Amino acid sequence: MSLIELSPWDLALASSLVGLLALMSWRLHLGVERRVLIAAARSTVQLVLLGYVLKILFELESLPWISALALFMLTVAGWEVMARQKRRYRGPWGMGIGTLSMFLSSFSVTLLALLVIIRVEPWYQPQYLIPLLGMMLGNTMTGVAVALDNLTRHAWEGRGRIEARLLLGEGWDSAIADIRREALRSGLIPIVNAMATAGVVSLPGMMTGQILAGSPPMEAAKYQLMIMFLVSAGTGLGSVAAVWIGSRRLFDERQRLRLDRLK
Amino acid sequence: MAGLRLEGIRPKVLEPVDLALAPGELVFVSGPSGSGKSLLLRAIADLDPHAGEARIDDMPRSTMPSPEWRRRVGLLPAESHWWEDGVGDHFRAQIGVEPDQDPTAGRTGLSDLLARLGFGAEVLGWSVARLSTGERQRLALARLLTNEPDVLLLDEATANLDPPNRDRVESIVQDYRRERKAAVLWVSHDPEQRRRLDGQRLIIRNGHLEPEP
Repeated sequence: MSLIELSPWDLALASSLVGLLALMSWRLHLGVERRVLIAAARSTVQLVLLGYVLKILFELESLPWISALALFMLTVAGWEVMARQKRRYRGPWGMGIGTLSMFLSSFSVTLLALLVIIRVEPWYQPQYLIPLLGMMLGNTMTGVAVALDNLTRHAWEGRGRIEARLLLGEGWDSAIADIRREALRSGLIPIVNAMATAGVVSLPGMMTGQILAGSPPMEAAKYQLMIMFLVSAGTGLGSVAAVWIGSRRLFDERQRLRLDRLK
Repeated sequence: MAGLRLEGIRPKVLEPVDLALAPGELVFVSGPSGSGKSLLLRAIADLDPHAGEARIDDMPRSTMPSPEWRRRVGLLPAESHWWEDGVGDHFRAQIGVEPDQDPTAGRTGLSDLLARLGFGAEVLGWSVARLSTGERQRLALARLLTNEPDVLLLDEATANLDPPNRDRVESIVQDYRRERKAAVLWVSHDPEQRRRLDGQRLIIRNGHLEPEP
């Protein structure tokens, strides 16, 4: 078994389906044709670029360049988390909370996987590091964004309830405990659901890719399992960090609820 | 027994407020809506950032953790908020009774207090959703008083109540004030009430707190 290479013509054929979708959206007045086309164009440019960048990185195997790409991915993920917030934190916290918590979770879990589980030599070998980190960031990003959005929205709506508890002498962490718990749960639900249905309803993307590339299905399944465990741990860790830092930021040193720190 | 002293407390729309309430003293504050009455009470309870210092019996607020300070200056907001489903759950948390225990077991005073407010002890088993605005307001007072604050800050404490319930709340506050020598700062729109209860009367005009003519 070996990989059948795709020609530009094959891709053009596949992309014509997206064109058909845009046409349908236009005929049915769904109003999403522009967004469909722009998103398709974006993903084309981004993936082709990534292909080139990875090709160069694989040849270089240089730690500084790999770190630079990793940081770039982290920054984009941090920006994306901020963009998904209805109520953002003002100032550097807006991007900082999400970025820091994804850094803590994704980077540490990826390192653990490279050093302890897969034992890659050298540990920064880009063929392993970049796809793993990408998987981690992509999934923690969703979890962190949902959890943070949930936290700030409910704190905004629940101002009266939080302040009622503060007024009765509760500390800040107990006054926001139920909102914090709910935010955390909402951040974890997508990945828990994904784990529960993996292989039955959906064939996960990574496993599909490996099988298409000619790996034995059992190897692909094992890799997929490892990724899924890592991703859940990373998402959990990231959401906990984001919700903890985020909720702390909602109160000041006198334990006042500071919704003016959101916009 | 506790007096309250404000030194240059400055909420957003007010000039700095200096005010001293002796233990057991009652002071009314009135003024047009938006003049900063509620903001003044929120500032005293340290809910909003502001300049100034407050003291209970010469104990400065800045030397006290804010949860302790807030427990001592009981603020009753104009609108009461509830975060659990059951009425009793809000009382259990404060008096440290286990969830399956009857909250009235923890403190004998609670059932008396509820009775004086016109409730039987069964109200603790009710769900918050079925309470009327007036019932919520009275229960919020009960919830506040079980905390045994040294000072009371009341924001329109009787605004949604019919005359019999208004009288009940007034007499409970008066007794609390006399028995514990607690200073009471009461924001009230009701001129009758301000005359009836015989306290010092202040009014906010153009950002200044001054005696009501």
